[in-house]
Parts: sequence; structure tokens; C-alpha cells
Amino acid sequence: MAEQSKVTFIITRQDGPDAAPYEETFEVPYRQNMNVISALMEIRKNPVNSKGEQTTPVMWDMNCLEEVCGACSMVINGTARQSCAALVDQLEQPIRLEPMSTFPVIRDLIIDRERMFDALKQVKAWIPIDGTHDLGPGPRMPENKRQWAYELSKCMTCGVCLEACPNVNDSSNFIGPAAISQARLFNAHPTGEMNASDRLNGLMEAGGIDGCGNSQNCVQVCPKGIPLTTSIAAMNRATNIQAFKNFFGSDTAL
Amino acid sequence: MAEQREFFFRRLHSLLGVVPIGIFLVQHLFINHLAVYGEEAFNAAAGFMHELPFVLLLETFVIYLPILFHAILGVYIVFTSRYSTRRYGFFRNWMFALQRFTGIILVIFIAWHVFETRVQVALGNADVNYSLMEGILSSTPMFWFYVVGVISAVFHFANGLWSFLVTWGITQTPKSQRISTYVCLAVFLAVSYLGIRSLLAFAYGV
Repeated sequence: MAEQSKVTFIITRQDGPDAAPYEETFEVPYRQNMNVISALMEIRKNPVNSKGEQTTPVMWDMNCLEEVCGACSMVINGTARQSCAALVDQLEQPIRLEPMSTFPVIRDLIIDRERMFDALKQVKAWIPIDGTHDLGPGPRMPENKRQWAYELSKCMTCGVCLEACPNVNDSSNFIGPAAISQARLFNAHPTGEMNASDRLNGLMEAGGIDGCGNSQNCVQVCPKGIPLTTSIAAMNRATNIQAFKNFFGSDTAL
Repeated sequence: MAEQREFFFRRLHSLLGVVPIGIFLVQHLFINHLAVYGEEAFNAAAGFMHELPFVLLLETFVIYLPILFHAILGVYIVFTSRYSTRRYGFFRNWMFALQRFTGIILVIFIAWHVFETRVQVALGNADVNYSLMEGILSSTPMFWFYVVGVISAVFHFANGLWSFLVTWGITQTPKSQRISTYVCLAVFLAVSYLGIRSLLAFAYGV
């Protein structure tokens, strides 16, 4: 090849959390099998835009580079996904990169996913086993249950389901699909089950499960194929039963 | 418990949409369908409903208050969503948007419909009978306004029934949710037929 071919990127940039967003175009030399992250690395190496002007390098977030950490999610050609798994050969050009609009932008393509971690705290998405003495082995988990629970455990808090959800936005306090599914995961665990009602009550708090409007975009876009809408429906049933127990029951512990 | 007020109101909203509002809608269109069998048949049934004991009490607690609550919270819900059918054109996302769109149409339609019929009857300007509806629907724009209103109401009910089943945790698996989609489609077609058939009877006497 005499002349090296180029890949055009149109990137929505933002200099800071309160700055106005703007678009900048970059021409990146094509390499075989390159992904969006390797293209962003090229831009970082040589931060010159398509007009030939020197500019600041584009900032983005990344970690594992194998679609298991969830850090590098961004909107690529209109679809929220992980940039590490987005291969340039499979994308229509020019390739448009934007930060996920549901989250506050820190800079360029870096977003703040804090609300997702707050949501996990709200539903107590962990199993409290810390203590001063050995609690011994926990109860065993049936194999068929382990198999579906494993699917739920693939969630990497990447935020793609929240980005696609029409009810996760500034005017709504909906918790989002990810944390609902995590509450189901930990309630399915034989030891986690001992605190099931705490998680369900967390889901019933203001800004909990009730904001779901069943648009079911989440399950369509989840990069891990997690059955999010099944989790939401299962937690709908569980929270309804919990609500009746809270009101009518004599024992609200479980 | 106070923290869970929002959860309670949303669940109540979902429940009221089916019981009593959904049931009332189906009953209303059933009675209307008697117009197909002639003026006397309709007048007899409408007269019976109108002369139920404690009719104002029944109307208030079975119709007005539930619809008012459902409408007010519903309008709030409509304005807290970010519509994304262009970016995510999935079937359910369209249903989600249409559910909210028809909801807004219904607030307008029902307000007009109640004013034109129930309020006028209460003021003594009209009687609940065949000729009242015949008079309203003989105008072509009003006929089409009613067609849109009835289709919107039945869609909102049928699709709402689908999401009611999810919200109450009855249909959880994708398979059960798919089958309930077909069942709700059948409900939509059947109840729409009742509504449109009676509109035709009122408007054109066919």
C-alpha cells in the first residue's frame, strides 16, 4: 500500500464537568484489527485534529481491555457499548464517539458512574459475613440456581443499561436495572438470603424499583446478555410480597 | 414506611389502572355495544346503569377518584421519561412511548367526554340516552375524535394490562411475557371492536 488509509473519528469533547460540549474530528492511521481504544491511543500519541491543529489529547476511561470491567463504556455510532470491544473494521465510518449522556461528564469521554455504586449501596448488594470469629462454611447452593445466578454475576456496572433506559435521567430518581438485578443475585445466594428483606426494603425506598416503565431496552443492550427484565419482574414480585409482610405481617425479618 | 410512599403510590397507580378503571372501560364499551341492537336496547341498559342505587357514590369511588389519581400521577410519569425510540427502536420501547402518548390523549379525551355527557346530564341539559350520543357523533370531526379516544383508551388498557402483569411479578420469564403480549393484543382487538362498532351504530345507525 503506497498510501496509508485513515479512519475518521468525530468525538464529542468537553473540557470539564461544567464546560460546554463540542465536536472535534480526528484522522487516525488505519491498522489491522484496531479497536476504538487503540485509535484513541493514537490520538493521545499525536493530538492533532483533522484541520492539522494541535489540540489536547482526548481523555477516556479504561481498565481491563477485555469487556469485563465496564470502565470504557461510551456511545459509539449512537450505541452505548464498551470501546475495548468495538472493532474499527465492524463500525460504519466516520466513527462517532460520545460520552454516555445519562452520567455526569468529567472530561471528554470520561463519565462519573458514582450513581451506580450508590445504587448498589441502597440495595446492600453484598453479603455481610465480616465478624470477630469464624462463622464456618455457609449453606450449599443448588447447582441449577448457581447456574442462573452466575449469569447475573456477570454484571460489570458498565452503565449501558442505564444509558438505554428512558426512565434513568435527571428528572427521575429510578435506580436503574443493574442494581435491581444485583439485589436478586445476592438474594439468591444461600447466605445472602439471610438479609433478603434488607435489600428488598432498599429497592422499595424512594428512587428504587418503582420507576421501571417496562421499556425493556436494558435487556436488549446489556453487553453481557443478563436477563435484566426477568430480574426486574422477579424483584417486583419479591418487593410486593415484602410490602404486604411489612404492613400486615407480624414478623418483618424475612 | 414513610420512605416507601413512592413505591406505594406507583403500585396503587398500576392496580387502579386495571381494577377498577380497566374493568369499568370494558363494561362501558359492552353497554355501548347494545346500541348495535337498536335504540331501545341501549336506552334500557343505559337507564339501568344510571338508576343504580347510590350511583353518585359508585361513580365517585369506582370511576372519578381512581381515574383522577391515575391521570395526575400518570402525567407526572410522562414528563419524567426521556423518549428514545429513534435510538432504541425496540418493540417494547415503542409500546412504552405509546403508553405515555395515549395517556396524554386520554386526559384530554376523557375530560371532554365527561364534560359533554356526565356534566351536561348533571346540569340537566341532557339525558343519558341514544340520541345524546347520536347528536354528538353525527358531526364527522367529533366522530373521529371519539375513534382516536376509544382506540387510545383500549390500547392504554391492553398494554397497561401487560405491564401490570410485570409490575406485580406475575409474568417474569421472557416466554410468559411474550405470551401475555399476544393475550393483550387479543384483548386490544376484541375491546376495540366493541368500541368502534358502537361508535358506528351511534353515528351512522349501522
